[in-house]
Amino acid sequence: MPVLHPKPPAPTDDKRWKIVETRMRRMGDRPSALIEALHAAQEAFGYLDTEALNFVGDTLGVPHSRVYGVATFYSFFTLKPQGEHTCVVCTGTACYINGAKEILVGLDRALHVKPKETTADGKISILTARCLGACSLAPAVIVDGDVKGKVTAAELVAQLEAM
Amino acid sequence: MTTVFTLQIDGRDVAGSEGQTVMEVAEENGIDIPGLCHLEGIHDRGACRLCMVEIAGTPKLAAACMTTIVEGMDVTAHSERLLEYRRAITEMMFVERNHVCAVCVANNHCELQDMAADLELTHFDLPRISPKVDIDASHRLFAIDHNRCILCLRCVRVCDEIEGAHTWDVMNRGLDTRVQTDMGIPWGDSTTCTSCGKCVQVCPTGALFEKGRAVASGSKRQRPFLPWLKVVKEERGQ
Amino acid sequence: MSEMPSAARSIRRRVSTEEIAEQPPRASAYVCEAASCMSAQAHDITVRLGERAAEAGLTDVLIKRVGCLGLCAAGPLVEIAETAQLFERVKPDDVEGIIKALKKVKSTDTRQPQGPFFEKQLRVATENLGRIDPESLDDFVGRGGYEALKRVLSEMTSTDVREEITRSGLRGRGGAGYPTGLKWTTVAKAQGAQKYVICNADEGDPGAFMDRSVLESDPFSILEGMAIAAFAVHASEGYIYCRAEYPLAVSRLRLAIRLAQRAGFLGAGIADTSFNFDVQIRLGAGAFVCGEETALIASVEGRRGTPRPRPPYPAVQGLWDCPTLINNVETFANVGAILRKGSEWYAGIGVGKSKGTKVFALAGRIVNTGLVEVPMGMTLREIVYDIGGGLIDGRPFKAVQTGGPSGGCIPAQLLDMAVSYESLIEVGSFMGSGGLIVMDDTSCMVDVAKYFQDFCREESCGKCVPCRVGTTQLYMLLDLITRGEATLDDLAQLERLAGIVQKTALCGLGQGAPNPIFSTLRYFRDEYLAHIVDKVCPAGVCTITPAEVTA
Repeated sequence: MPVLHPKPPAPTDDKRWKIVETRMRRMGDRPSALIEALHAAQEAFGYLDTEALNFVGDTLGVPHSRVYGVATFYSFFTLKPQGEHTCVVCTGTACYINGAKEILVGLDRALHVKPKETTADGKISILTARCLGACSLAPAVIVDGDVKGKVTAAELVAQLEAM
Repeated sequence: MTTVFTLQIDGRDVAGSEGQTVMEVAEENGIDIPGLCHLEGIHDRGACRLCMVEIAGTPKLAAACMTTIVEGMDVTAHSERLLEYRRAITEMMFVERNHVCAVCVANNHCELQDMAADLELTHFDLPRISPKVDIDASHRLFAIDHNRCILCLRCVRVCDEIEGAHTWDVMNRGLDTRVQTDMGIPWGDSTTCTSCGKCVQVCPTGALFEKGRAVASGSKRQRPFLPWLKVVKEERGQ
Repeated sequence: MSEMPSAARSIRRRVSTEEIAEQPPRASAYVCEAASCMSAQAHDITVRLGERAAEAGLTDVLIKRVGCLGLCAAGPLVEIAETAQLFERVKPDDVEGIIKALKKVKSTDTRQPQGPFFEKQLRVATENLGRIDPESLDDFVGRGGYEALKRVLSEMTSTDVREEITRSGLRGRGGAGYPTGLKWTTVAKAQGAQKYVICNADEGDPGAFMDRSVLESDPFSILEGMAIAAFAVHASEGYIYCRAEYPLAVSRLRLAIRLAQRAGFLGAGIADTSFNFDVQIRLGAGAFVCGEETALIASVEGRRGTPRPRPPYPAVQGLWDCPTLINNVETFANVGAILRKGSEWYAGIGVGKSKGTKVFALAGRIVNTGLVEVPMGMTLREIVYDIGGGLIDGRPFKAVQTGGPSGGCIPAQLLDMAVSYESLIEVGSFMGSGGLIVMDDTSCMVDVAKYFQDFCREESCGKCVPCRVGTTQLYMLLDLITRGEATLDDLAQLERLAGIVQKTALCGLGQGAPNPIFSTLRYFRDEYLAHIVDKVCPAGVCTITPAEVTA
């Protein structure tokens, strides 16, 4: 299928756009590359802003409203910049029956932050995951990419407060 | 040459061509199967679940709008069980958001309201969800009140399939699902909207409406271009 | 893996399987480097073992990274392969002990029984887990990998392959248990020049990690299974749809695809025949519903992952409207073994219409959290107590949850039931993908039902009304019960609404969403009544404030 629409230039000369462009080109700049392209953009920039969404949509020939529809459908994509640190709390079944709920309550009480929110000072973003598959470590959390198992709310709050 | 199938709907012998849906054949034979996401002329999506019918020999119910007929099919389109389900689903649509008919532009011209009347729905039992949702009146001619949207997505489909603008799409998921324009921006700021008004015309409720119309003014009753949708579709060979 | 520290890279080179192939090692330490042990710093142990082995001058010793050893609860795990001696919860200080044990290994040593957790299992789909280096194609081939594909391509017709799979009795391991041979035959006979094979690796059930472990530990077996399937259904392109939440699985799959392409097991002219087949990875993006096959297809096509009514089934009209075979990871993992050892052998395992084995992820309040594979027909009691080691702190067993959000809770009085697709449905649960979560008396069953309903309403795609609205309403009713504010009328409402959602929702997510409610009502109705009538939570989980009690 030939691409009939003209490809837009990268929004800025930031080199990270090249990564996104390459990933799309490898998939023939077809509309089906949309989710892969959003992954690439989020990996490169940390989140998806309107500029990135427009660029991806225009390159692949996907209507803007559909790009937005896809980006907001999948919970892995985030349209807002994250805090300096991220803490992902697993809420899978094994973690749930081993105290994930108490962890979330503890975080809210101590740091006044709920899942999908960032603390007022922009330091810590709290996310939840539907099972990390690390059930032997339940309840498990990921702080800045490091998996921590068998955590308590108090320990976690102490660690986050020290960051 | 088209193959003709004979089948039964509610005990009546009817015939239809290969490729036709149960909904289409029922309609041709004067059998009314309710539906709110279905609209002749645009693609079906089987989402409102009001047109669910029983098909002998299959344990699960099927959406009449998306089930193609086969020879000898035995369809039950009306039964006590189906009526109960249809009432419940209509009730779900009412309690999902904030439908207040008395102050709605579509009062007395609303397909959801008609559905409730047809199904003799008298009161609501199910828990009310009543979220706080927005009204977007930024467009010069039209407005959308999400309180009245039942997410049939006729607007999305007509904008894409007929107008070709694809201004409308859906955002979020689950209960947070909303129709939206372009990048979720105010409708009035949309650069793709042609202001053709088709979305307003196909909206079954008062969610999409022309500005400046009073309550129950009947703006939704005039749908001059709708009969042409089917003609357009047939001409395109779909 | 690009992030791997340079020290580790050098170790991998020194002890790579290629170099030692000519001279088998006297002793080998297998370090589990699957996700669970990795998050307990298993990789540091590998590095340290390598350094210490070098310093001690042990030239005839192999330190090998392997996939999941199974007993995740006791990770990081290190096994001396020759004696089957297992080191649990290994810390850097324990490395000396392992080095000592390696020194003592003699050529006459044999593997000793490892206790019931291991001995009661039967490994077919997971036969290579914990045995091979998941990043080494040679290691895979050394254990019989790609023998099946080569035989299929040189000696069999596509019909032979489909018949062999049909005779084996293999059924879909993703949950529903559809006969695999029948599915393959439908795709093979469907009209269309272009056909696709998709591996569903969007393991979304909370508390399930079977597919993750297999992908991380034995990625080549999936590629081999897919290639055989592609040959059997005349497909030339394949996709693996994998959760983005599994970065280690994705990186190992990417490497495996590259290595298989280079060795001629993927791409054009596979194994010097005219058969072409290649595989690409597509990442999920956090939507449980994408495990449903029509939603998965929509997602691979780059769209919102919303399901559509079936028929038409993907086997006839799937990816880009072409006939598409979709099987789950574990199903593909069985294919190679069936063709190597024969369908009769496979059909000889299991019970009734449930043939072969099933992989389960044991989790929850159980001692041996981990990955196990058992013959179909084993009793729940054997799985929970003999293999699983019973409950933590010896607490009383209350229920085991299977089948994820579409499954159910099985009570203590049914512990002696033999596990099969049929028996689980009979008791109101579901095989699902294989998560098996054990609960003790600290779990409130109404709260558990609420947990799953919360899951379903958050994961509902929002397309059909009964699921979008109904799952939220079911959640609201359950919430009312757990707060002690519900009446018996609300309970009746809950049951009625659950029935309507089950019958009218568009896809399996919505239709299955009421199952946790039905099964907890069936076996634990007294707990519901305690919340509603007596205003108490017997397990002490739900907060019912005294003010509400008096009201």
